[in-house]
Parts: sequence; structure tokens; C-alpha cells
Amino acid sequence: MEYQITWFVLWGILWTAYFMTDGFDLGVGMLYNLLGKDDAEKRAIIRSIGPVWDGNEVWLVTAGGATFAAFPATYALMFSYLYSALLIILFGLIIRGVALEFRGKIESAGWKRSWDAAIFAGSFVPAFLFGVAFGNIFQGLPMDARGYHGSLFSLLNPYGLLTGALFVLLFSVHGGLWLALRTGGELSKKAASTAAQAWWALALVAVIFLIYTAFATRLYDNFLRSPLWFIVPAAAVCGLIAARFFLARSDASRAFLASCITIVTVTLTGIVGLYPNLVPSSLDPAFSLTAFNSSSSIYTLRIMTVVAVIFVPIVIAYQAWVYRVFRHGVTTNGPAVEGY
Amino acid sequence: MDTVTLSRIQFAMTAGFHFIFVPLTLGLSLLVAWMETLYVRTGDELYLRMTKFWGKLFLINFVVGVVTGITLEFQFGMNWAEYSKYVGDIFGVPLAIEATVAFFLESVFIGLWIFGWDRVSKKVHCLSIWIVALAGNLSALWILIANGWMQHPVGYVLRNGRAEMVDFWAVLTNSYGWLKFGHTIVAGYVVGAFFVMAVSAYHILRKQHLAFFKRSFRMAATFALASAVLVVVIGDFHGAEAGRVQPAKLAAMEALWDTREGVPFYLILIPDTKNERNSVEAFGIPKIVSFLAYRDWDAELKGLKEFPEKDRPPVMPVFVSFRVMVGLGFLFIGLAFVAWYLARKDRLESSPLFLRIMLYAVPLPYIAAQLGWIVAEMGRQPWIVYGVLRTSEGVSRSIEPSQVMASLVGFGFFYSFLGILDIYLLARFAGKGPDDTGVAY
Repeated sequence: MEYQITWFVLWGILWTAYFMTDGFDLGVGMLYNLLGKDDAEKRAIIRSIGPVWDGNEVWLVTAGGATFAAFPATYALMFSYLYSALLIILFGLIIRGVALEFRGKIESAGWKRSWDAAIFAGSFVPAFLFGVAFGNIFQGLPMDARGYHGSLFSLLNPYGLLTGALFVLLFSVHGGLWLALRTGGELSKKAASTAAQAWWALALVAVIFLIYTAFATRLYDNFLRSPLWFIVPAAAVCGLIAARFFLARSDASRAFLASCITIVTVTLTGIVGLYPNLVPSSLDPAFSLTAFNSSSSIYTLRIMTVVAVIFVPIVIAYQAWVYRVFRHGVTTNGPAVEGY
Repeated sequence: MDTVTLSRIQFAMTAGFHFIFVPLTLGLSLLVAWMETLYVRTGDELYLRMTKFWGKLFLINFVVGVVTGITLEFQFGMNWAEYSKYVGDIFGVPLAIEATVAFFLESVFIGLWIFGWDRVSKKVHCLSIWIVALAGNLSALWILIANGWMQHPVGYVLRNGRAEMVDFWAVLTNSYGWLKFGHTIVAGYVVGAFFVMAVSAYHILRKQHLAFFKRSFRMAATFALASAVLVVVIGDFHGAEAGRVQPAKLAAMEALWDTREGVPFYLILIPDTKNERNSVEAFGIPKIVSFLAYRDWDAELKGLKEFPEKDRPPVMPVFVSFRVMVGLGFLFIGLAFVAWYLARKDRLESSPLFLRIMLYAVPLPYIAAQLGWIVAEMGRQPWIVYGVLRTSEGVSRSIEPSQVMASLVGFGFFYSFLGILDIYLLARFAGKGPDDTGVAY
């Protein structure tokens, strides 16, 4: 029992870590063409995430692997039910990774323009579809004893689309703030003002989302049962407001931190609301996939706990160290890194 | 076609494609790490230029390996949901550990290595490529421990309608996984070493950047020779164990229909699968197969007829792949030995024919690696977990053939496009030589 709860929490944390870290990469990718007016700016934008995007993406792989190891039934059903959506996400992420790496390899305008489009598509599509997928998970998937009764198109319901928009805007603001923080000069200013504009759209969508969630999902049930948990969505609201506040004072680092808090607490709001479900059934709660009915054996969970307790802090430590190494950011005329 | 067949094709294609990039990553990362170490130790600028040139080719290859690997992490759930539910308690564990322990290290430190030339000291920079190289190999270990369990399931009981782990230590120390790991990574080293020799041969033939490429060739030749010998030696142990725990696979590899003792190895053998016999068996080396499998000249080997037809792997692809792989394995030892000898005697420039052979030999180690996977995974059929769960029982129930067909076609186009791009970029930068990619600062 304790182990299942532990792994439910860890499962939530892994997704949270993924959205917090790769979220800004995806946001940067979405703003890339808008902000990068010439090749020097575009290369600076890529170099700002160059050293870290790959490591950030591993949080997704770890979330996938942990779902497999700790909740095999959820891993199996969630990913086979969301087959097409997940496939498109994967194609997007593949394109994004390759585009970041290949764009600078050949000095040709056509070559670069193609990859510029790929960077946008490979960032926007996963960001949007992750939102759609989680929106649908929050609502519950139409599943029962006979399996799954949805399709790729049934995922594109109003609440799913709204959550998709929420993710796109959250990540865009996050990415804009990252660029404001890690680039310099004009580019940094442009990024900050774009983030500030996108913030209003985000705030609007977030408010609609918080209200609509009460009608479309049962996420608030847990909060109403133990109101102390309202501290999590409250922190999300505070983080969102703080991001705008610090942005107005041109304090990009605090604004980015506030944005991190927003993404973390928005994700955790969903996770707390879902508990004990990983994927609720919208048809019959008896077929919801929960931390208890879809988990691995306690023996396996114990081993995985030992692994996680030892290695996750180590991962965080060296990843944080690498972030620190690159803390000075990039400039449009800084030392060239081959191919970027 | 049904969902099972389509899903199998898709898995074979996505895993096979991923494994075009993995072996080069495994081999080249070590070579680049060794070059940078020599640079840090000696201060010789030539080693720095080598690190940068081969490092650039390494990165072009690396990124495609990384992004195509993500697909595999999710495909078990997408296409093989029943399998994932049934064995996730065991199989998911090494995969999750791989991501946590190895993939993170590799992905975080590759960023430091690419962008950190002027951010960290020379030694730390060099350390970061070593971490990347070792983490890549460590990744392979965990993946092959997972795969080893599918081949030779240990440390589990069937309980609660699924396989549950009862002995993690047994899963972790499964010799099947370790031998396959050894065989696989060393095969990767052969790929990396032959790649470096081929590119070097191209330039030496053109008499350009001679000092640079002769030194590269020489390093790679030594690495190739050691690896080529090891891949055969470990492969022998691996094959012997596979033969003991998966007798049907061994029978298919050798096209052995009837159980017999003292099985010879026929240099020329043509199986006739329809009539369950071999139409040609000639030039037999007596008793060698029995010896290789059991270290006993007279050991009895089970023939395919011992197994009901529904429990046999497809004979032809396993048999042919195994033969060609083994043949290539010995060819690599020969080529690597000549390469090593000529490089040592400094006679490369005066051996244009051999250089040309080495240039055109570059696809062969890749082919051998793919054939090895065909032997391993087709030879495991009809089981997805040997003796425990059939492949047909492992497929997702909620997906339609049309869905898998669509994704298969999507993967086909998408991966072909990526493959062509990657080869184009590799060829372009390999052909340009080091000066164009020179030191940027």
C-alpha cells in the first residue's frame, strides 16, 4: 500500500519534472521562428537549449519507464489506447531533436528554412498533444470491460483542446522566460515582451481551465474532501501572477522560477485530483486504472524505490550542475560552437 | 495482415533502424574518448583535431540513435499491451533503471561535451565524453538484461495472472543477458572501428590529411582487431548458452531436423523446409556443432522435429542470418588483422587495394549486427517470452490493423527520410575531412 502510494507520487513527480524542464525547450521551439529574426539570433536560441534539451527529454523516457515498471497495466492500456496521439508526439519529438542537431550542419537557406519549420512543428505538436492527452486523462478515458471506446478524434473534445491550449501557452511563456534569462541584448528583450504578451492569453485560458475543470472532470473531489490540498492550485495561481510581476520588473530569473513553480503546481494539481487513479474510466469507475489495481508487485516496487531513492537525487545533482556550467547563457556574437 | 504481424514488422523495423545508430555510438564514443584522452595527456594538437572531426561524425549519428530510442520505450505499451501487462513486473524494471541510471548520464553529459569546450577544464571535458561512452554501454547492459529475460526468463513466478518477479538478483545476473551484452557491445566496437578505418582509407587513398588519417586508422585497427576477436569468442559462449536454453533456436540456426549425437558442421547446406530435411549437406566438419554447443564432441542435439510445428521458429531466416553473420565475423578478424599489420608497418599508402576493400567494407559490420538480431529475435519465435508467452498473445487488443498499418507506413517513410539524411550528412562531413570542420576557436 505505502509503496503503491509512493510510486503514484513518484509517477507524478516524473511527469512534473518532464514538463518543467522540457517544457521550456518546447516553448523555445514554438517561439523560435517568431523571435529569431536572423540566422545569428536563431543560432543563439538553439544554443540556449542546446546543452540541456537532450537531458530534459530523458525525464519523459524515465516517466515512461517508471510507468512500465511500477504500473504495467497503466503503461499497457494508456499507451495502447492513446496509440495514435502518442505516435504523433513521438514523431514530433524525433523531428525536433534531429532539427536542432542538423539545422546548422549545412550552410544553405533552404536547408535551414526546412529545419526552422521542423523545430516549430516538433515543439508545438508534442506540447499541444501532451495537453490533449492529459486533459482526456483528467476527464477519464471511455474504457470498460470491453476495452477502449475512443479514437484520436474523440480526444479532440473541448476540454482536451482547452488543456492542449493551456500546455502550449504554459510552455510558450516558460520558453520565453528562459530565452529572456539565457540570451542577451535585443533577443532577450523581445523574448521578455513576447512572454509578457503570451502571459495574458495564458492567464485567460488558465482561468477558463480552472472553472471548466469543475464541470468536465472530478479532479476537485479530492480537494473538496481535504481542502488543505487547495494549496497546490493556489500556488499555481500565485506562481502565474508572480511570473508577470517579476517580468514587469525585468527580473527574468525570478520570473522563470515563478514559471517553474506554475508548471509544477499545475501538473501536481492534476495528479492530486486524479489520485488514486492514474487513468480514470469515464464510463465506470470500476474500470479505472488506479495505483492499487494496476501496480506491480510490492517486491518490484520495493526494488524500484531503492533505485529511485539512490539515483534520482544523483541525476538531479549532475543535471543541476550542468545547468550551472551554462548559467551565463549565450549571446548572438559569442564564441561559435560548431554547427550551432 | 493482422495486428500481430503488422506489429512485429513495425517493432522489427523500428528496433532495427535504431540499431543502425546504436553500434556506431557504442564504438565511436570510445574511440573519440580515447583520442581526447591522448590529447589531454600529450597536448598533441593532432589528437584534438581528431577528437573534433570524429566527434562531429559521432554526434550526427548520436542524435538519430537517441530520438529513435524513445519510440522503443513506448512501443511495448502501444503495440504489445498484453505482453506489457503480463511481464511488466519484471521487464519494466531494467528499462526504468536504464533511463534513470544510464540514459540520463549519457544525455546530460553529451550536452556538456558539445557545448562545454570553453566552459570546463580540459580534464572535465574529457571526462564528460568518457561518461557518455560508458553510459551508452551501460544503457546497452540494462536493455539486454531486459531482452535476456525474454530469451531466458528467470527469477519469476506466475501469479495473479501474470509473471511476477521474486528474485531480482537472478534477473540481474542472468548470464543470457550478460553474454548477449558482451557480444552486442563488442559488435558495436567493430562497427565503430570499421567506420573509422573506412573513412580514413578514403582519405589515405586520396593522399590527403595523411598524418591525421593514418593515425586514426591505426588506432581503429588495433581496436578493430581486439573487438573482432572478442565478438567471435563471446559469440561462441553466447551461442552455446542459447543452444542449451533455447534448443529450438539452435536447431533452426543449424537447420538440424533430426535429433542426433556428434552433429557435424556442413560448410554447404541447403535446407528444404517443406520436406523438413536438408536437400544438400556437403563438406561436413565432424562433431563440431555438438562441441560448440555443449563442449562435448558427442553431445546430443535436439532436432526441429522434436518440437511441434507451432513451437518452431522460422528456419530459413534464422539459418541464413546465422551463417552469414558467422562468416562475416571471421572475415572481420581477417580484415582487422591485415589492417593492424599494415598500419603497424606503415604500409597503408602502398596498399591501395586493401584500402579500397576497407572503404567498401563499411556496411558489413552493420549487416552482421542486424543479422545477429534476426537470429536472436526470430529464433525466439513463436515466443515473446521464451516458453512462457506467445508473441501472438502479447499484442495489444485495443488497436486495429488499420491503425498499425498507418503507423507502419508512417515509420517507413519517416525513418527512410531520416536514414537518407543521416547518411548524406555523414558522407558529406566524412568526405570533407578535418580541415573544414577544424577547430572553431
